[in-house]
Amino acid sequence: MSSTSTRQTTITADPNLPTIRIEREFDAPVERVFRAWTDPELFARWIGPRNRRTTIAEWDARTGGHWRYSVADADGGQVASFYGSFHEVRPHERLVQTFTYEGYPDGVSLETATFTDLGDGRTSVSCLSVVESLELRDSILSSGMDTGVIEGYEKLDALLS
Amino acid sequence: MSDRLSLVFAALADPIRRDIVARLSVGDATVGELAEPHQVSTQAISKHLKVLETAGLVSSARDAQRRPRHLEAEVFDLMTAWIERYRARAEERFSRLDEVLAELDDRPRAQDRPRAQGAAS
Repeated sequence: MSSTSTRQTTITADPNLPTIRIEREFDAPVERVFRAWTDPELFARWIGPRNRRTTIAEWDARTGGHWRYSVADADGGQVASFYGSFHEVRPHERLVQTFTYEGYPDGVSLETATFTDLGDGRTSVSCLSVVESLELRDSILSSGMDTGVIEGYEKLDALLS
Repeated sequence: MSDRLSLVFAALADPIRRDIVARLSVGDATVGELAEPHQVSTQAISKHLKVLETAGLVSSARDAQRRPRHLEAEVFDLMTAWIERYRARAEERFSRLDEVLAELDDRPRAQDRPRAQGAAS
């Protein structure tokens, strides 16, 4: 069974600030959406990426708590680990976390998810990521954590050379 | 490699350079023509153009007299593609979340509470 949502994900990258905003609506009440964000078993099921398995190592979704999870490929080989703290957990309203990729421990982003009850069992979520520089933001936007963008880089190289 | 893209984004972080790009999207223009609407010297415009050229956004024609500048529209198409790819990954993640949420719908109401927060650890 699936709820087919026609809601589109929107991305906003401010040209002057090192931020990425992602917005999306869900056909579920705010309590459930918040739960899917804070319950480790549920979170691990959707955070992805596709064809990867997320294993939660630590998860204390309370203000001042912390989290750590790793992502493995289909063969169980570890691909990447991430960790951070729950700066604020305000049920059904707001979730503020720090986020660090273990492969780049000097980098930390601040992730604020704002949950809005739209009524009629619908919820909108706005996720704001603040990173340390425009350069880092742009490299996140351009590469993400995906490996399938190499051909894109090659194309860009060809275009810019 | 992504440094190239960073150059593109950084080049567009400046309002005057964005104006220049907007002007060039209408058609090629010389430094003098680009400087006209701004309260800055042609030297300043030249510096901005240099940044845009380094990022691969703007090229100058070989016409030595006027050296009109030309906008490399393909680079913008590519940037749009980058952001669209990032957006598509987010959408893919949220589609999985849709499925998780749909399953929660079927569960009894008593379980419908955020477990993680009140739980003793």
